[in-house]
Amino acid sequence: MRAVRQVLRQTETGKTGLRRISGTGGTGAFFGRETMAVEGIGARALRKEDKRFITGKGRYTDDIVAPGMGYAAFVRSPHAHARIRSIDSGAASVMPGVDAVLTGDQLVGDGVGNIICGWMIHSKDGSPMKMGGWRALEPEVVRHVGQAVAVVIADTLAQARDAADAVVVDYEELPSVTNAVAALGPDAPQIHPEAEGNLIFDWEIGDEAAVNAAFENAAHVTRMNIQNNRVVPNPMEPRAALADYNSAEEHFTLYTTSQNPHVARLVLSAFYNIAPEHKLRVIAPDVGGGFGAKIYIYPEEMVCLWASKRVNRPVKWACDRTEAFLTDAHGRDHESEAELALDSDNKIIGLRVKTVANLGAYMSLFSSSVPTYLYATLLSGQYNIPAIHANVKAVYTNTTPVDAYRGAGRPEATYLIERMMETAAREVGLSPAEFRRRNFVRSFPHQTPVIMCYDAGDYDATLDAALSAADYDGFAARKAEAASRGKLRGIGLSCYIEACGIAPSAAVGSLGAGVGLWESAEVRVNPVGTIEILTGSHSHGQGHETTFSQLICERFGIDSDSVAIVHGDTDKVQFGMGTYGSRSGAVGMSAIVKALDKVEAKAKKIAAHLMEASEGDIQIEGGELKVAGTDKKLSFTEVALAAYTAHNLPEGMEPGLKEGAFYDPTNFTFPAGTYVCEVEIDPETGKTEIVNFVAADDFGKIINPMIVEGQVHGGLTQGIGQALLESVTYGENGQLLTATYMDYAMPRADDVPSFNLSTHETLCPGNPLGIKGCGEAGAIGSPPAIINAITDAIGNNDLSMPAKPEKVWALYNSTMKQAAE
Amino acid sequence: MSKVSMVLNGKAVSADVEDRTLLVSFIREVRQLTGTHVGCDTSQCGACVVHVDGRAVKSCTMLAAQADGAEVLTIEGLASNGTLHPIQAAFREHHGLQCGFCTPGMILSALDMINRHGAGNLDEKTIRHELEGNICRCTGYHNIVKAIKAASDQMAGMAQAAE
Repeated sequence: MRAVRQVLRQTETGKTGLRRISGTGGTGAFFGRETMAVEGIGARALRKEDKRFITGKGRYTDDIVAPGMGYAAFVRSPHAHARIRSIDSGAASVMPGVDAVLTGDQLVGDGVGNIICGWMIHSKDGSPMKMGGWRALEPEVVRHVGQAVAVVIADTLAQARDAADAVVVDYEELPSVTNAVAALGPDAPQIHPEAEGNLIFDWEIGDEAAVNAAFENAAHVTRMNIQNNRVVPNPMEPRAALADYNSAEEHFTLYTTSQNPHVARLVLSAFYNIAPEHKLRVIAPDVGGGFGAKIYIYPEEMVCLWASKRVNRPVKWACDRTEAFLTDAHGRDHESEAELALDSDNKIIGLRVKTVANLGAYMSLFSSSVPTYLYATLLSGQYNIPAIHANVKAVYTNTTPVDAYRGAGRPEATYLIERMMETAAREVGLSPAEFRRRNFVRSFPHQTPVIMCYDAGDYDATLDAALSAADYDGFAARKAEAASRGKLRGIGLSCYIEACGIAPSAAVGSLGAGVGLWESAEVRVNPVGTIEILTGSHSHGQGHETTFSQLICERFGIDSDSVAIVHGDTDKVQFGMGTYGSRSGAVGMSAIVKALDKVEAKAKKIAAHLMEASEGDIQIEGGELKVAGTDKKLSFTEVALAAYTAHNLPEGMEPGLKEGAFYDPTNFTFPAGTYVCEVEIDPETGKTEIVNFVAADDFGKIINPMIVEGQVHGGLTQGIGQALLESVTYGENGQLLTATYMDYAMPRADDVPSFNLSTHETLCPGNPLGIKGCGEAGAIGSPPAIINAITDAIGNNDLSMPAKPEKVWALYNSTMKQAAE
Repeated sequence: MSKVSMVLNGKAVSADVEDRTLLVSFIREVRQLTGTHVGCDTSQCGACVVHVDGRAVKSCTMLAAQADGAEVLTIEGLASNGTLHPIQAAFREHHGLQCGFCTPGMILSALDMINRHGAGNLDEKTIRHELEGNICRCTGYHNIVKAIKAASDQMAGMAQAAE
């Protein structure tokens, strides 16, 4: 029997993990305490944070006001590449309400540092990546449309915008290039003097000789050119900042839309010279989605801090949606050539990949890691591939910088290998499911040829579950039925693997990371027995206030109302690395578990002392510390109070009940699963309808199935967006043509189906809870399943994302025409 | 400058504002009700949906002066006497929100949808079509659709019980 436990999707509230219910309260009550459920690990606990969001009481950065604040409006380049001859702010600076018009010369003059990239990559010749300078306000040469060159601070937003329009910038336009392959060409304009030929690095991984040998012995080779289209993360809350400089204290406070406020403070302090860390408080309050785009420390937020000191008043900036399209880090944008070598048994013997990655006009914070260690290390997929070699060229272009977007490198790897797998199966005449099964990794730990060592998984289990839920065997009949209605029906698979909880720190450091990727937690038991958990993770939709509380409920048997989760404020939480890469469960919760272990041990010592029992006999149950085998017990509150009154503690014990922990994982975690997409296409219009989407995921231990399902729904929809709708388009002269929701197709409710989900649990051996992570899987695994389904339906494999109707229509018609000839 | 008066969540309010002041700015900045959000500037995302005289409108695309004399309902005015509106309760019950930014607009669009179609008369297809003007990046809409359907059905039951 497989060591897999299926957690039913339809688990009802209370069936799993619900330990005790007391008190009353219907769904309507929200001002008083409502349910007193002790909902531990595995419970579908309703979210604690929802009450404020459904009543309009959320507090996002743009909701916060500071007395006397002014507003910032940026002057942005209309050109993709131009030399700045002059900036004339004379007229603007005397307009009503204007405090100041600030430019890059002043910024550089004040010693504000260049924007950094935090991950060093070396080319295959050993040379370090070639990084051009990036200033928060550019004084000399602009390199993409929308780059900021000046900022106006005024009493009202309207005054600031009016004045920004009156700043006259004289540009000398230069030739520009937006496509990465073109940027490597001999006639391409040179974007940064530091990077000759616009090549940032020419990196490789794997054993090239072994791969060459495999191809020489191959019985069959599948070859494809694969594009991964550029998309924009588009969290619904646009970025915002409120910077408040206190001249008496020489202290800065920054409210900002950040996924990682501590990293922001570190970078602002250590590299941008804004202020030393103890003079800079960064607060990320409620944040309306991130998806990667809010990891980075952008020019605008830096400029608000700097300007707040310059004009000696608080400065607010709230990004509008077009500014977000122009300046939020974009995602993906790869062009690859891939070759897969098979032996005569249709087992994979080698994979060769050449990728050109477009990093945009500047190197964003983690941009260099995305097409390298977060991408090529996952090219082995769920398969036993003895030899892999990947070469990645990262390239400057006159476009918005590209960095991590939900999945970051792993979607690009998954799209490549899963398109190749489906195509190879078709070429050799095997069922795509059977071909994958023939090549699955089944023995763990499994060392791939590209660094990763998979620790645990059961790929057959998720494939079986997905095929069964999708009624894969019944597809032929459904296809025939659809054909009788004049529709084209197709089915596609994707068996993804990804890596989350990127760590340990020493390992990522050896690969070039500028930071450690551990997490911290502090557990504060108050004298009355309520508990505050301080975490370095940051929730911007993930529901940490609920899931992290469930850990405490599970451990101490207390109700969720007695627990508060504190995050997002550098004055409250000492340090942390924030939330991205599905790390908050695997790494953030593990830190909480470590701190809880210490609290539990001390509480047991106190209880044993007070009840004159042996420490080993103390059990914690239902909010009480009991002496096993007796009726002696103390409430958690009594023990906490004893710790703080300190009237009667074990000899030598310090008062108080508060413990902290730093947790550094031993390995990445490896969520995996199978997605099956079934589509129906109208041959008259080329429009694709997803008629069924099945996801079978292995996320390891699940704390709250309801929240995990929500993460999968959202990820799948972002993947569907990339596969069917979304595409950043630059026009001639590098103009961004998709800079509003009128021009950039976001997935809407009637573009996506309801989803059919299940989960299967193999525990991650690398962390105390067995968590693998679930935040990105949907976006990673879904695009290839969709494109595999569409190409199956239209009988033409030459399809790139997004599969818009006109493209699908044209391909199908050309296929039909060829068949007729 | 113009004097703009309206009944906002049941309370008469008025203020002198610049003529170009948008309704959303009046609500957020003048009246400091920050539950109404701005997610785009092109009437696409629906984070700014409020009700003006009982109809859902995008407050980022309407001048405050156009709402002079109107009754305006925002997310802050939906719960009554500490009791959540059934749509609010359903969004929580069905996990119809994650980051919460689109949620106020979603809930007010849902209310408009139920008002127009009649409680209990919404199926999944209709709900998805009706949500065309509201974008959510977190939930994939799956649970929003479930929440609206559940609220619509519950409100039909309540209406029946009241008869």
